[in-house]
Amino acid sequence: MERFARKAIIFILLMMIIMLPTSLTGCEKEDNNKKEILIGAAASLNTIMEEVKLLYQEQYPDITVNFTFAGSGSLEQQIRQGAPVDLFISAAMKQMDNLIMDGYILADTMVELLENQIVLIVPTKSKFGISSFEDIIKAQVIAVGDPDIVPAGKYAFEIFASMDILDEVNTKANYANDVTEVLAWVSSGNADAGVVYSTDAALSKEVTQIAYAPEGSHNRIVYPAAVVKDAKEETARAFLEFLTTEKVQKIFTEYGFKTLP
Amino acid sequence: MNWSPLWISLSVAIPATMITFFLGIFIAKKVISANAPVSKLLDVIFTLPLVLPPTVVGFLLLILFGKNGLIGRFLYSVGIQIVFTRLAAIIAAIVVSFPLMYRSAKAAFEQQDGNLIQAGRTLGLTKIQIFWRIEMPLAAPGILSGTILTFARALGEFGATLMIAGNIPKITQTMPMAIYMNIQRGETKIASVWVLLMIMLSFFMILFLNFINIKKEEKGIHNITS
Repeated sequence: MERFARKAIIFILLMMIIMLPTSLTGCEKEDNNKKEILIGAAASLNTIMEEVKLLYQEQYPDITVNFTFAGSGSLEQQIRQGAPVDLFISAAMKQMDNLIMDGYILADTMVELLENQIVLIVPTKSKFGISSFEDIIKAQVIAVGDPDIVPAGKYAFEIFASMDILDEVNTKANYANDVTEVLAWVSSGNADAGVVYSTDAALSKEVTQIAYAPEGSHNRIVYPAAVVKDAKEETARAFLEFLTTEKVQKIFTEYGFKTLP
Repeated sequence: MNWSPLWISLSVAIPATMITFFLGIFIAKKVISANAPVSKLLDVIFTLPLVLPPTVVGFLLLILFGKNGLIGRFLYSVGIQIVFTRLAAIIAAIVVSFPLMYRSAKAAFEQQDGNLIQAGRTLGLTKIQIFWRIEMPLAAPGILSGTILTFARALGEFGATLMIAGNIPKITQTMPMAIYMNIQRGETKIASVWVLLMIMLSFFMILFLNFINIKKEEKGIHNITS
């Protein structure tokens, strides 16, 4: 038993010696001469940002850009606790405003980088002839986020109420837990129409975006970006500047976002 | 396809499991030998990470290791930053899996027949010999199940890791995070690959640990019969 125990301990120690060095990289504080930045971005932006990163690395191969993707709320807390985030791209103004108010952000760097919009979608093969939000009553099954828990659902119902078709919609509405579900129902043809974000509509070829929500029918859905205080300011500002260039803005619009004017 | 989550997950889960293995056994023994009110309080404290939602555990760790944290401020002053590194992921994995190892080991030791340990004492064995030759073999099944649970928990860790290690592709993005991100993007095929990999890894780890246990039993029987 002792011999085995000894062998087991040696084996375990060997494994730890092998594994631990790779785990400890990144323990030393960053060398400010080695250009490297960390961008805290909303989870929903992960595919777009990977594409933007490729474009950036082409132009600036010696600057290392890393992203951490998480919920905007988590990112806000992480920045407050001093996490090494250089640039913050939030999915809502709320977290950005909170951080600016408490002095964690260089307020003068903030830009409203992206804007999402509420749109009406139908299956591409749809025969209902729905051409506007009012037409939605022509559908038999309407997919919409549960207005109590899904912001997009809440906006949808506000739009229907303003058009006086709320009661009719309710008789045909299927509530979803999130917009991904709404998109899935419409793209599979299980629903004849649905209300999602323009970025969701851009994800699927099986759906066609019919209309944008009427002007002023909901609060603007803005994704702000700003440089964090006490971070790698120069490189972060430069990257933010890069995000506003035409080539990158084109990528954003391809994904269904409305960009800077 | 980017395979880095596999390597990252393994280099987090394996060291975490090993450290939790020793930590859980060591602390279980200490708690058992402590006096009544102290041991009950410690028991609650050490089981807490199991009861708290992982995101909450992660948030507490973030506060602890962040720039102004109790531990964080000292580390930052000597130039060490833990947040958003793989070490942070290992720490998160250890904290959430610790209660599993601790409780399994504690239960395994508490269930032992005290007579056997007394017998060892009368035969003149030292405390260490009693531990390795009597207590550990007797506790082996319980400790084994604790190790399996620990590895599974460490491998599947998401919430706490996200808070303190971030979700940085190729650096701290583990398999659970890769699955989550891919489902979010609608890449269900890639997500399924990761899910399958995780199942396979857990499967082989459990097989491996059970194999070690069988080998130990065979040796034990051999020693008695020889």
